[in-house]
Amino acid sequence: MKNNNLYKYILSIADNTLILGQRLGELCGHGPSLETDIACTNISLDMLGQARNYYQYAAKVKGGNTTEDDIAFLRKEHEYLNVLLVEQPNTDFGYIMARQFLFDVYHLLFLQELQKSKDQTLSAISNKAIKEVSYHYRFSSDWIKRLGDGTKESHQRTQNAVDDLWTYTDELFHQTETDKAMINDGIGVDTLKFKSEYYERANKVLEEATLEIPESRYFQKGGKQGMHTEHLGHLLSDLQYIQRAYPNMKW
Amino acid sequence: MSEEQIKELEIQFEARIARDEKIEPKDWMPEKYRQTHIRQMSQHAHSEIIGMLPEGNWITRAPTLRRKVALLAKVQDEAGHGLYLYSATETLGITRDELLEQLHTGKAKYSSIFNYPAISWADMGTIGWLVDGAAIINQVALCGASYGPYARAMVRICKEESFHQRQGYEILVTLMKGTQEQKDMAQDALNRFWWPSLMMFGPTDAESPHTAQSMKWKLKRKTNDDLRQQFIDQTVPQAELIGLTIPDSDLKWNKEMGHYDFGEIDWDEFWQVVKGHGPCNKERMKVRIAAHENGQWVRDAAMAYAEKQQIPA
Repeated sequence: MKNNNLYKYILSIADNTLILGQRLGELCGHGPSLETDIACTNISLDMLGQARNYYQYAAKVKGGNTTEDDIAFLRKEHEYLNVLLVEQPNTDFGYIMARQFLFDVYHLLFLQELQKSKDQTLSAISNKAIKEVSYHYRFSSDWIKRLGDGTKESHQRTQNAVDDLWTYTDELFHQTETDKAMINDGIGVDTLKFKSEYYERANKVLEEATLEIPESRYFQKGGKQGMHTEHLGHLLSDLQYIQRAYPNMKW
Repeated sequence: MSEEQIKELEIQFEARIARDEKIEPKDWMPEKYRQTHIRQMSQHAHSEIIGMLPEGNWITRAPTLRRKVALLAKVQDEAGHGLYLYSATETLGITRDELLEQLHTGKAKYSSIFNYPAISWADMGTIGWLVDGAAIINQVALCGASYGPYARAMVRICKEESFHQRQGYEILVTLMKGTQEQKDMAQDALNRFWWPSLMMFGPTDAESPHTAQSMKWKLKRKTNDDLRQQFIDQTVPQAELIGLTIPDSDLKWNKEMGHYDFGEIDWDEFWQVVKGHGPCNKERMKVRIAAHENGQWVRDAAMAYAEKQQIPA
């Protein structure tokens, strides 16, 4: 493919939103209150809406008869390029909010930069998405504060979640060969530019939430190269179920 | 208040209902009117919340992104309806916590249709088409209900339900244009959901204990049997149009009456499900209660945090 780098770059952005949208979709009807249920579904809808925009663009870049659904549903596990953070399970509401928060801080900074991309489609998508993600960030950081500074139990649960998920934050800034090529072309975002700002922002909210900032310097990566945690396969077997069981049909 | 005074208020109240005036939360109302409305409105709210579960079951497995987003938005609408209806019920002097307690202990009922399993993608089409379709017929009749907050909730909810119904029907239209396997999937879903959908209108008028009083208070504006007939007359041509067969060998058009005649509903099955012994009653309650209990620490945290914010430093 002529634009292979661009195609892979779009997927790496799109897959984050698809997989997190799918995770949040699992929660619908099971939230701790009607209000949080509705809010998490809203975030899921935003994520999946963004995913559609990116996949439609990726389909165009790939050409032929490729559709958004071919790309979203019919790849093998190792062909998904999302970061490990977004595929982590909905262990409890503390994990759900910590995962969301740690991603939202990044996502917001990322989209601010992507708006400046030379690629007009990516710039346009990020322009629209950033309004949604600003809301996600407000929602998740408010909840981190509520849970962290709520009760003893909520504090402990949220601290556990932050401690466990912290190990996936460094990968957000890991640059693959594709990333580097795209940064060179003025299309991709140089995430290293805002890495320190990411941790400053995250730490500030955690402090306000009376939570400890994890000290661990051991980090996990691999998602961006298609090497995932054990969780992704299960998520995909749900996601792909109908497309795999009834191939080549219209729905 | 003396008995005579209450009598007088009751007479004035009945006169207002007769003049089709809306009753508002702060107006005087007979205690039984209040209780009946709490029962019906909360039952309606509970149905929205439990109704999220069978469809929620397919969000992660929806076949395309477009379908996934539409289904997710639909189930979210149901949550919104639930929230709206709980708030409307709270105007009658009961809290959402108390209402949820009634649901979780089994004191309050919800629509029995949600005790049937959603086992194929075609069920998402069929539930939208039949279940939301039946709900609309019930609810349009309620837009003229005498209690203001309920009537207004119904107007708003009906608009969204009619969108859901079209969305469900469109899923089936697509399946019926597809492969034989897809057509079979659609027919199978209709076979399973047809009769339970007819049961959604409740027992026959002769067997319905609350109908007379509810009609008098304009909490109900048409009887169960009238609404059921309206549903059948409206739905049969829609099935035929896309090549689906209604699973009722007694179904036929009655030219003289201008209605469809239909077969006997299995009322034993209806009462079995109402009494808690349907295919998914226990499962639905288990899941609902688990969500509530697992969310307790989150709700507690939110309360504790809010209290801390109110204390001046």
